Amino acid sequence: MPRRPAAEDPGRPLSVFLLKRFLTFVATLFGASLVVFLVLEILPGDPAQLMLGLDAQPDTLEALRKKLGLDRPPVERYLSWIGGLMVGELGISYTYSVPVAELIGERLQVTVPLALFAIAISTTLALCLGVYAASRHNTAGDWGVMIFGQLGIAVPSFWFAILLVLLFAVTLGWFSAGGFPGWAGGSWPAVKALILPALSLALVQGAILARVTRSAVLEVMREDFVRTARAKGLSRRQTLWRHVLRNALIPVVTILGLQLSALLTGTIIIENVFFLPGLGRLVFQSISQRDLVVVKDVVVLFAALVVVVNFAVDMIYVAIDPRLKAHDA
Amino acid sequence: MSARRFGALSSGSFAIGGTLALVVAATAGLSLFWTPQSATDIAVARRLAPPSVEHWFGTDHFGRDVFSMIMVGAQNSIAVGVVAVGIGATLGIALGALASARRGWVEETVMRFTDFSFAFPAILSAIMITAILGPGAVNSIIAIGIYNIPVFARVTRGSANAIWARDFVLAARAAGKGRLRITLEHVLPNIASVLIVQATIQFALAILAEAGLSYLGLGTQPPQPSWGRMLNEAQTFMFMAPRLAIFPGLAIAVAVLGLNLLGDGLRDVLDPKLTRAR
Amino acid sequence: MNKRIFAAVVGLALMPALALAQRDTVVIGLQQEPTGLDLTSDATASIEAIVTGNIVETLTVLDEKGNAMPGLSTGWTVSPDGRVYTFDLVANARFSNGRALTSEDVKFSLERAIAPDSTNPNKATLQNIEKVETPSPTKVVISLKKADNIFLFRLSSGKAGVFAKETLETLKTAPIGSGVYKFASWTKGDRLMLTRDDTHRDAAKAKMRQVTFRFIADPNAAVAALLAGDLDAFPTIPAPETLGQFKADNRFVVAVGSTEGEVILAMNNAKAPFNDIRVRRAISHAIDRKAIIDGAMFGYGTPIGSHFPPHSPYYVDLTGTYPLDLAKAKALLAEAGHPNGFEASLKLPPFPYARRSGEILASQLGKIGVRAKIEPVEWAQWIGPVFREGQYDMTVIAHTSAHDLDNYAKGPSYYYRYDSPKFRELFDRLTASVDAAETRGLYDQAQRLVAEDAVHGFLFQLPQTGVYKTGLSGYWKNSPGASGPLSALAWTR
Repeated sequence: MPRRPAAEDPGRPLSVFLLKRFLTFVATLFGASLVVFLVLEILPGDPAQLMLGLDAQPDTLEALRKKLGLDRPPVERYLSWIGGLMVGELGISYTYSVPVAELIGERLQVTVPLALFAIAISTTLALCLGVYAASRHNTAGDWGVMIFGQLGIAVPSFWFAILLVLLFAVTLGWFSAGGFPGWAGGSWPAVKALILPALSLALVQGAILARVTRSAVLEVMREDFVRTARAKGLSRRQTLWRHVLRNALIPVVTILGLQLSALLTGTIIIENVFFLPGLGRLVFQSISQRDLVVVKDVVVLFAALVVVVNFAVDMIYVAIDPRLKAHDA
Repeated sequence: MSARRFGALSSGSFAIGGTLALVVAATAGLSLFWTPQSATDIAVARRLAPPSVEHWFGTDHFGRDVFSMIMVGAQNSIAVGVVAVGIGATLGIALGALASARRGWVEETVMRFTDFSFAFPAILSAIMITAILGPGAVNSIIAIGIYNIPVFARVTRGSANAIWARDFVLAARAAGKGRLRITLEHVLPNIASVLIVQATIQFALAILAEAGLSYLGLGTQPPQPSWGRMLNEAQTFMFMAPRLAIFPGLAIAVAVLGLNLLGDGLRDVLDPKLTRAR
Repeated sequence: MNKRIFAAVVGLALMPALALAQRDTVVIGLQQEPTGLDLTSDATASIEAIVTGNIVETLTVLDEKGNAMPGLSTGWTVSPDGRVYTFDLVANARFSNGRALTSEDVKFSLERAIAPDSTNPNKATLQNIEKVETPSPTKVVISLKKADNIFLFRLSSGKAGVFAKETLETLKTAPIGSGVYKFASWTKGDRLMLTRDDTHRDAAKAKMRQVTFRFIADPNAAVAALLAGDLDAFPTIPAPETLGQFKADNRFVVAVGSTEGEVILAMNNAKAPFNDIRVRRAISHAIDRKAIIDGAMFGYGTPIGSHFPPHSPYYVDLTGTYPLDLAKAKALLAEAGHPNGFEASLKLPPFPYARRSGEILASQLGKIGVRAKIEPVEWAQWIGPVFREGQYDMTVIAHTSAHDLDNYAKGPSYYYRYDSPKFRELFDRLTASVDAAETRGLYDQAQRLVAEDAVHGFLFQLPQTGVYKTGLSGYWKNSPGASGPLSALAWTR
C-alpha cells in the first residue's frame, strides 16, 4: 500500500518535484528534436537524386527538390516541423509519399508486439529465476542462475539470434529464418514469426533482470519485517510472495524502465537479423534512403518513448517510496 | 561460512575474468607479430574449407583463414574499446568532477545533459553519426566514445558527492584548500576504484557495441577483420558452413564475459564495502 | 445411394482439374522495394518489373531476346530516313477506369514526358521527339529530330508508357493504366498486390488472377521464405551462394540467365593517375575475372572485356585485350611514373556484388602496388558524390540499362569523365545507321575502342539468378532490360 507522501516531507514539496520533472521532460524533447534536426542538416546525400536515379537532369532534380520543400531555409523548416508535431501532423515521407504517421503505424504493428513479447518472456524468466536463486542462495541452483546471468549479458543478441536460427530453422526446420507474414494472414503465423526474435531480445533483458531480482530479493529477505513474518508463522513461500516480492519489485521496475532504451536498441539490430518490417528497421532504412522526414519523426519518437517511460518510472518510484523523491538519482 | 563462500566466489570472478581477458589481450598482442596464416589474403580457390591442419577453423567465403581473422579481430575490438572508453572516461570524469565540485547550476546543467543523452539509444546515435561521417573504425570509436561520456559523468558525480560530504574534505575546505586541489588530491583517488570497475564494464559494453555496429556494416571496414562483420558475412553461408557463424560470436562472448567477470571481481577486491548480498 | 456415389466419383475425378483451375495466384519475391510506382519520375528498376506491361502499357514491348514487338500498337512503319514512325493502335484498348484509350492519350503521355518541367528520368533520350500527331484515334505519328535506330526499344520502357490525363494524381501510390492487371494494395516495407482485370481484352490469356510481390532485400530472409513455401518465385536472388541448396531440392527450379547489367570497375578518367592510359591498362592487366566471379558471385556470371552484354548478337569477345599479367602491369605503372604504385580510394555501393567484387579487387590490385582503400557508401552517397559530382578515384557498379554504350558518348560531364570525340562520332553514326551490316560493323568498332582506351576495368555480366517453384511456367530466364509479362505466368502442375 503506497504511503501518503505529504506527511513526512524532508525536502521540497511533491508538486514542485513533479513540475520540475515535467519541465525536464519537455525540455529534453525539444533538445532532442533540435539535435536531430541539426544532425540531419549535415547529412550528405540528396533525396531528390536518390529518387530520380542515374539519368536525371539538373532541372528535373530542381523541380523535385522544390516539390519536396527542400529549398526553404532551415529555420523555417524546423519550425514548421515542430509546429506540425505538436498538432500530430508528422509530415509526408519523401520516399514513399505517404503520411509518416501511416508508415509508423504500420511498423508499430510489428515492433510493439515484438517488444511486449520480449518483455513478457524476460520478466517471467527473470522473476522465476531471480526468486529461485535467492531462495536457494549459495547452492548449485543459485550459482547456475548467476552463470546464466553472466552468459546472458556477454552473448551478443544478434549472435544468439543466429544460433537460434541455426538450430530451429536450419537444422530442425520448425521456424522460418526470418521475415514477417503480416497479421492479415492470421494471428498464429505472425506470432510464430516473432518467437525467435522475441527470444533473442529477451535473453539480455532476462539475464540483467534475473541478477537484479535476485539481489533485490536477497536484500529484502534480510529485512526485519520479513523475519517478523516468518516468526509469526508464515511459510517460506507465503513470505516470499506476500512481502518480499512486492518490496523487491521497486528496483526491478526501475531497472525495467531503464532497460527500455536498451530494448529499443535491440529491436534495431534484431529486426535486421530477422528482416522484420518494424520501427527499428524503418530508422535504418530511412537513414540510408535519406528520407529525412521519417528519420526526424522516428528518432524523436524513440526519444519521447524513453523519456516518458523514465518519467513514469520516477513517478512510480515516488509513489511507492517518497523517502527518495527529494534526491536525484 | 558465508564469508568464506563469498571470498571464494569473488576471487573466482576475478580469477576467471582476469584469465579470459588476459587470453584475449594476449591473442591480440601475439597477432601483431604472428598468425598461423594471413588474415587478409584472398584466395578464392580454397574458400569455405572445413577445419584442417593448415586452417584450424577453416576458411571463409573468400578463402581467408578464420583462426587468423579471429586473432586479428581481437586487436580491433581491444583498440576500439580502449580508445572509446578512454575518450568517454576522460571527458566524462572531468565533467562529473566539475559538477560535483561546483554544485549549483553547473551541476544542474551537467545532469540535464546526461539525462538528455540517455534518451538516445546508443546504436541509434552511432548509426546517425556514422551516417554523417561514414562507416569505419575511427567513426565508431567516436560514436561509442560520445556515448560513454554521460555514463562516466553520472558515476563520477554520484560518487564524488559522497566524498565531498566526508569530514576530512570539509576540513580541507575550511582550511582554504582550492576545489581543484581537493578534487585532484582527495576526491579522485577515493573514487578511483569505482571508476576502474565502471571502466572495465564499459569496456565490455564497447566491445559489444563495436560488434553490433560492424554487424550492421557501420563499423570496421574490410580488409581489417572484425568479429561483428564476420558474423554478418557468415549469415548467408549458414546453410553451407554453420561453423563460420559460431567462432566470431564465441570470441565476442568470451571477451565480454571475461571483462564483465573482471569488473565484478575488481569491485570485490578493490572496495569490499560495495559488496552487497551476493 | 447411387446418386451419391455418382456424385462422389465425379467429384474425385474432377478434383485434379479443379485444383489446377483454382491455382491462379502467385507470390513473387523482389529484392528492392520501389519507393513509389510512378515510372515517370522514379528510376528504381523494380518499378518496371511491377508496372510495365502489367498495369501500364507501352507502344512496343520487348520479347525475351530484347527485340521490339507490338504492344499497344499492332504494327508500325518507319520512314526511309528513319525519322518518322507511324503506329497503328490496338482497337479496343481501355484504361481500368473504363475509358477507351486513344491516340490522344499516347500524345499526352509522350508530351508530358518531354515537357520542360517533367521529372521523367528518360527525358533526355525522349527529347529527340519533335512532334506527335494523331491523324485518327488509332493512329499515331511520331517525328524525331534525328534518326535513332533504337527508338522502338526506348518506347518499350514504362517511362514512355501511356497514361490517362485524369489518373495522374495517384500515379505514385495507385497507378491506373490499360494493362491486364490492376493495382490492388500496397503494404509498405512488405508486399504489393495486383489483380487481373477480367474485363480486359486479353484477360483470357492471363492465367494468374492475383499476383503478390513481396519485398525481401535480405538474402537469408529470401532463402527462408522460399524454403517455407511463402514465395513461389524469386527472379534475382541477391546471394548466389544459396543457389546450390535449391538446385538439390526438386521442389524448385533454378534458372540462371543473363541481364543487361555490365559490372565495371569505373575509373575517374580525368583524375590523376587514372588520366594516364598506361595506368588504366596496368590495372586492367591485374584483374583476375575468374577469381572475382567465383568469389563474389559464387561462379555465376560471364566475363566481359568491354561495355557490352555477351548475349547480344553484336557482342565481340574482348576479354583477351588485357590478359592477367602482373609483371606487365608493374612495368606499365613504372613507365607511367609509379614504380612503387600509389594509393587510391575504391567507393563501393551497398550491393553484395559490388562490395564483394571490391574486396577481391583491392586484394588483386594490391599485388601490383595499387593500394585501394575500400570506402563503402550508401546509395545516396554514391548517387550524389560519385555519380553526380564525379568525386571518386575508383568504384564498382553495374550499369543495368540496355543499350547503354551511349554512356561513353556523353562526354566529360558524365561521371566517367571520358572524352573521346572519336567515340562520339562513331556513336552518332551508329544510332543513325539503317543498314544492318553497317550497324554490326559500327558496334564492333565501338566496343573495341572502349576496350582499347581501357576506360574502365570490365569485370562481368550480372547474371539473372532465379529460383522458381517447380510447376510454375512462363517466366523469362533472361532479363533483356525488361521483365517477362505477368500475363505469361501459369501453373502447369
